[in-house]
Amino acid sequence: MNRTWVTPGGVHPPENKHQSVTQQIGSLPIPDKLVIPLSQHIGAAAAACVEVGQHVLKGQLIAEAAGVVSIPMHAPTSGTISAIEHRPIAHASGMLAPCIEITSDGADSWIEHQGISDYEHTSPEKLLEIVANAGITGMGGAGFPSAVKLNPGRQRPIDTLIINATECEPYITADDSAIRERAGEIVDGIKILSAILGHPHNILIGIEDNKPEAIAALQPHVESTGISIVVFPTKYPSGGEKQLIYILTGKELPAGKLPADLGMVCINIGTTYAIKRAVIDGEPLISRVTTVTGEAVGTQRNYDVLIGTPVSHLLAHNQFDQERCSRVIMGGPMMGFSLPSAEVPVVKTTNCILAPSYAEIPEDEPAQPCIRCGMCAEACPVSLLPQQLFWYAQAQDHDRLEAHNLFDCIECGACSYVCPSNIPLVQYYRSAKGEIRQAHDEKIRSDHARERFEFHKARIEQAEQEKEAKRAARREAAQQAKSATATNGSSGGSSAADIIAAAQARAAAKQASPEDQRAKLERTIAATEQRLQLAEEKLAEAVASNSDKQSVFSAAVENTRQKLEQSKSKLAELAE
Amino acid sequence: MIELISQHPIFAALIAMVGLSILFGGLLGYAAEKFKVEGDPIVEQIDELLPQTQCGQCGFPGCRPYAQSIADGDAINKCPPGGQATINALANLLGVPAPELDQEHGQESEVKTVAYIREDECIGCTKCIQACPVDAILGAAKLMHTVIADECTGCDLCVEPCPVDCIDMLPVEETIADWKWSTPAKPGQMIATDRRGELGSNTVQEDAA
Repeated sequence: MNRTWVTPGGVHPPENKHQSVTQQIGSLPIPDKLVIPLSQHIGAAAAACVEVGQHVLKGQLIAEAAGVVSIPMHAPTSGTISAIEHRPIAHASGMLAPCIEITSDGADSWIEHQGISDYEHTSPEKLLEIVANAGITGMGGAGFPSAVKLNPGRQRPIDTLIINATECEPYITADDSAIRERAGEIVDGIKILSAILGHPHNILIGIEDNKPEAIAALQPHVESTGISIVVFPTKYPSGGEKQLIYILTGKELPAGKLPADLGMVCINIGTTYAIKRAVIDGEPLISRVTTVTGEAVGTQRNYDVLIGTPVSHLLAHNQFDQERCSRVIMGGPMMGFSLPSAEVPVVKTTNCILAPSYAEIPEDEPAQPCIRCGMCAEACPVSLLPQQLFWYAQAQDHDRLEAHNLFDCIECGACSYVCPSNIPLVQYYRSAKGEIRQAHDEKIRSDHARERFEFHKARIEQAEQEKEAKRAARREAAQQAKSATATNGSSGGSSAADIIAAAQARAAAKQASPEDQRAKLERTIAATEQRLQLAEEKLAEAVASNSDKQSVFSAAVENTRQKLEQSKSKLAELAE
Repeated sequence: MIELISQHPIFAALIAMVGLSILFGGLLGYAAEKFKVEGDPIVEQIDELLPQTQCGQCGFPGCRPYAQSIADGDAINKCPPGGQATINALANLLGVPAPELDQEHGQESEVKTVAYIREDECIGCTKCIQACPVDAILGAAKLMHTVIADECTGCDLCVEPCPVDCIDMLPVEETIADWKWSTPAKPGQMIATDRRGELGSNTVQEDAA
């Protein structure tokens, strides 16, 4: 018998689990249309890889994982892709998100698939790849891609594998009934997990003592496998990852650390079944066990529901009474959220659809002032001070909220449950967390804007300086040119007569000496005479051949003769 | 010397005091040089709190000049993009009461906006590019311009210079990724009898009175 530890706080809300376990896991007719949101998990949304109008088979890849922390999506049934657009999804905001809609053809025909029966002799890398390609996320709540969780890296060896079969939230029996009926397959899944993680030392299945049938079902399958079933007293919230780790091992997971940092991996028991189906049967994650419960539905039981089935389809097949129903909740009464519409689809993390009557879960009572009774602090499983957080959240005092470890709050709702003033404490914390995150993002943005502004200013300044430098250079050049003319002109004075005299002097200075001039003229005469001779020869030739160029040549001869005479007369002038 | 000191203890005290003051004076002088703070740290702190939209609605050419002005004693309520949250943070930092936003400089807007250029109407005049304080507009003369939405601070300084009015300030749409839970209504706004509708209308005022 393994020792267990007791977490602080916790509450014991009415369990309400018995209603939905009277029948076996049922199945529903395939809905006409299935809507598969591209983001059903933590991380980047998948990228659609099909086109509208395309026919797909059951299990065919319809959206690829976008990055490492992401998962692919598969067609839950065969049919035609009828739309890829924004649709309402299961999110507390009620906002739209990209979805793929499949119009089912009713044939439900599988794509060709094959599993590996001999997983013991398959490399962990290969098994991890299968898990990743099957689109498996944690099916307990947050929806963290399982392949990422199962690959903590070499520097963090795993010595403890924890299987979370706690299912501590009231009403939900999806895991309970799955264990009762599929214990063998679940244990196979655990063995595969063990193989992927390099056969950790301890394999613990944590389960609350309110599921004796499930424990009895698991018992024969785990004998002589090294897997231990650890049963502990029922208390909400024991199923939180950190809480379960403490209950089973006595180790407290530090804030901001992952179980892998303590050498542990914690996997939901529903996920182990999905992993078994993926590895041994080769089937991707396209369906899950979901509890349909609450007094507003006629039949309360568990169903094996195709991912993408509209909630309205589930309700319609269970004699849903809209009149009696106060609201439709996805998840349990503690941590679930009211659905904005019944058209939203079931996703990989949907463990329960709760349709309570007004008597069962009445409308929220109006909140009364906090009377500082301290019951919330006693109920808090993380040992926070909920009433202090409440005051600081009201005052929007972000620094104090962080100092009081708001981000360690797991939003379990135990404090709101015990609050005699009906204060929706968790909503305050969620809102404060959102505000702090937003403020943080804005801080990053504003720092970035400041940087860009500084750069902009520096750039403008630099451009201005460059312009200024150019202007200065031009001014300098103008100044120099001015001063140069000033020094040249200073000898001749500044009056008009002086300027003319200076100009004449410059012209005279430019003229060469008479000897040079004579020599130059003589050279010119000699050259012209030669040219004249050449031109006359050409003219004679032209006359002889009676060419049409006669006139051109005679003009050229005349020209040259004139130049010769001019030069000769100049020489004569010079001689005088 | 020693004799003199032993006969007149006052000298011993004097020497000790003078010696100590020289020693500590030297230390302080050294520290003042060695650990000198460049710039005015309070301006930095104020600038950290301002939203850095660089919109100039406060009347200063950018957030830093306004931070400088606040440090010199200007009012802290001239920043509409920051709104009451920024005023409160500044009041907290400076230890002064937080005033209301000065409406003269504009109103606090609920939604963040981002500039959007209707591209087929843009004539490529580059006027908006010159106006943008964070270089968030891309384009060249006679070529279409466009806003880099991620860099835009929503200051709307580019809207006015546009000669063809093709720039719109669009609200930033909330996505699932940045959606957050709303804060619940304050408790104690209702008394028990209201809930059952026994007294008909809301009696908060009476309750308060």
